[in-house]
Amino acid sequence: MSRRDDCAATSMPAISRLQRLLRSLPGPWFLVTFAIALPAILVVGVVAGASLSPDTEVWPHLLEYVLPRVLSNTVWLVLGVAVLTTVLGTGLAWLTAVCEFPGRAIFSWALLLPLAIPGYVLGFVAIGLLEYAGPVQGFLREWLGPGNWLPPIRSRIGIIVVLGLTLYPYVYLVARGAFLTQGKRVLEVAQSVGFNRVQGFFKVALPMARPWIAGGVMLAVMETLADFGTVAVFNYDTLTTAIYHAWFGLFSVKAALQLASFLVLGVFIVVVIEQWFRTRARYNPGKSPPGGRISLGTRSRWLGFAFCALVLLMAFLIPFTQLLIWAWHDVAEGGLDYRFWGFAWRSVSLSLTAAGTITLAALLLNYAMRLDAHPASQLAGRIATLGYALPGTVLAIGIFVPLVFVNNQLQGVLDYFFAANAPRLTLQTGLATMLIAYLARFLAVAHQPVAANMLRITPAIDESIRVLGVSGWSALRRVHFPMLKTGLLTAFSLAFVDLMKEMPITLMTRPFGWETLAVRVFEMTSEGQWQQAALPACAIVLVGLLPVVILTRRSDNET
Amino acid sequence: MRLEVDNVVQAYRTRQVLQGISFQIEAGDIGCLIGPSGCGKTTVLRCIAGFEPVLEGQIITDDAVISGPGFTVPPEHRGIGMVFQDFALLPHLKVLENVEFGLHSLPSTARREQALATLSSMGLAGTIDVYPHELSGGQQQRVALARALAPNPKLLLMDEPFSSLDAELRHRLSIEVRELLKERGTTALMVTHDQQEAFSIADKIGVILDGRLMQWDSAYQLYHEPANRFVADFIGRGVIVSGLVEEDGIRIELGLLKGGSAILTPGTSVDVLLRPDDIVHDDDSKLTAMVCHKEFRGADILYTLCMECGDHLYALVPSHHNHNVGEHIGVRLEADHVVTFPKHGDEKHPR
Repeated sequence: MSRRDDCAATSMPAISRLQRLLRSLPGPWFLVTFAIALPAILVVGVVAGASLSPDTEVWPHLLEYVLPRVLSNTVWLVLGVAVLTTVLGTGLAWLTAVCEFPGRAIFSWALLLPLAIPGYVLGFVAIGLLEYAGPVQGFLREWLGPGNWLPPIRSRIGIIVVLGLTLYPYVYLVARGAFLTQGKRVLEVAQSVGFNRVQGFFKVALPMARPWIAGGVMLAVMETLADFGTVAVFNYDTLTTAIYHAWFGLFSVKAALQLASFLVLGVFIVVVIEQWFRTRARYNPGKSPPGGRISLGTRSRWLGFAFCALVLLMAFLIPFTQLLIWAWHDVAEGGLDYRFWGFAWRSVSLSLTAAGTITLAALLLNYAMRLDAHPASQLAGRIATLGYALPGTVLAIGIFVPLVFVNNQLQGVLDYFFAANAPRLTLQTGLATMLIAYLARFLAVAHQPVAANMLRITPAIDESIRVLGVSGWSALRRVHFPMLKTGLLTAFSLAFVDLMKEMPITLMTRPFGWETLAVRVFEMTSEGQWQQAALPACAIVLVGLLPVVILTRRSDNET
Repeated sequence: MRLEVDNVVQAYRTRQVLQGISFQIEAGDIGCLIGPSGCGKTTVLRCIAGFEPVLEGQIITDDAVISGPGFTVPPEHRGIGMVFQDFALLPHLKVLENVEFGLHSLPSTARREQALATLSSMGLAGTIDVYPHELSGGQQQRVALARALAPNPKLLLMDEPFSSLDAELRHRLSIEVRELLKERGTTALMVTHDQQEAFSIADKIGVILDGRLMQWDSAYQLYHEPANRFVADFIGRGVIVSGLVEEDGIRIELGLLKGGSAILTPGTSVDVLLRPDDIVHDDDSKLTAMVCHKEFRGADILYTLCMECGDHLYALVPSHHNHNVGEHIGVRLEADHVVTFPKHGDEKHPR
């Protein structure tokens, strides 16, 4: 007994202060986590730094003429989209999760299809169809006589409806999960204490699903704040387009950064709200709700059908058909030429490269966070995956500025050694800016499926295979890789699709003359050439159907 | 394989988790560690498996030291089998592949043969081609055991192997596992918090509290000769009443207990452990006590009896002696093992 006590007493002070300090520091894996989080940290740092030293030439002009309009436009857009996605997402989710009506089984996955159509595509299709010179108004004039028979589509309401129709699936997906978990039983509880069904929905079902719905709405709001392509098509000036114009119109990087700081502030608020709700939302949805579904009355059945069908028509079927028609005409006129294949090749090769890089980074990040539980590592990991909240326009300029600095420093060194013969460096306009910005923006997309698979490799699994004599590289090859395979594949395809759709980062950081499908859509739509924009847009939508298939399959596997 | 754990000390940061644990398991025997959660019993297992280093003391299998201060043979080189609490089956491999996984040093035909032989000896021949998640809990448990036993380990460690199963299955499996281990002659050490499970499977049981091994003994000895108040309280039911040492026994309120420790001198006050089976129901006895609670258990009834002094006692009575709460029933003392503790002290008086 005494021997042990002696030992305990002498061994503790034997640990020196230095050792204790070293022990409190994170391990070497922290460097990996930190490196992956660095782009996001840099961007926020650069933007925050810029807001402290305004550009004296351009800023007064922006402050007086641009900022008030841009800010109010942004705020109205965010509010409008938030309301519309809440109503559409929650309503459709309730109908398909808990009610029984004709077509429910098909609608429950088909209502995710609009995820495949980026806002900028739905935007230009809506304008092309509904503008004064478009086919719908033309038809109305022929029928009803000359005049303006529809409100102008290029309006605040118009863009809110378009963004609402592309972004409601974010709310729909999570709200449906929540309602599937609650099921009809929740309504029965409300009815047992004397509420009718409608009261039960508003007093019990809706409040219970609130954390999920709010989380989904916040994601939609984040996408709205980040949106560049749609507002550009509508000529509706928001902070993102203002950043673009300040940089590429006024050539003031500083002014662009200043505008970006407003956007980052907005995003920060949304992220805080979203994270707050996320900790409250935990569920484990099954395939069918407990207690069965509510069978609606004859009239309500068809009302439910009509509502779902209308949304699906407006958000997917009509625009997709119109795209196909335009693309068909374009192909007939020789649109499938070498230039189109050039855009497609560049989009695909760029997206494949970037998706590979991002998936690899997600894998490294997951291992780094698994192997180093130190709070600093975990924090860096969280920051790295919060990069998805930073809008593409902000990332483009936030990465560009520090790269210019690094480039100039390196150039200085080269000039010193080689004098006039020194090669000219242009790091900032190369693929480097692009890839780093992509990484920051889409890491979370790839991280999530890998992390979900990583959770299955429990400490007990690691230990059990060690006891059986398998460790090190062989354990990675025989157990870890097979168990992570589907997660890596999902991560890669989700990142690939998001990269194919991505517009602002590519537009603002691409090497001169480098055109992808999304850039081509931007250029054609800014000239009002809807038909020429349709073929590349079609390609993007077809690729975009992939994650919808993954999502549908995943929700089928959940039982 | 003989296992010897010699004065092992383990600490997490500044907190000592194991404070000098020592015990031995003879080759072919089954040992079991029980204790409340957080007492350190799983840490002992992990030290033996090689997942945790030991700060002091050593762990010896047969004649080889496998753990000592600053010296740990890695788990993959120990040749020890282990069954985990959540089974830790590999979800991407089928049952047969899971069992073959640990046989990687064999050529593939021998590997298959040995895996099949182990699986069929455990009644799992019909499930070799399915994935673990398609099996029931009991079957998964058997597969986990088959995977650990297939490489013929000399020592098998089991960390709460039955805890995720329901009570009846747990009991059946623990008997099955004992037979299997005895048949193969495998030495084993199991950790559990369920004493019934420990009683039905183990040759020797260790009770651990706060990182100390309180007693390492057979189930019979633990129940009838507990080394201290903690073991007496942890194993089985019982109450402690006051007693006075006399010439030919110990006087308690219910009467005179024959026997007792030889070192006690008459006139000493002691605490006496009374088990439910020390009190026998006897309708002819002049001594009576009131029934204040009854628990029907099928073959017998566990009565809680209230004494006039305020103490209460347990009595285990055959089921046909059915009395109501509030009734006074006759009781008689019939104790073969008189266990006493000093009034101020936890260690049992020696025999």
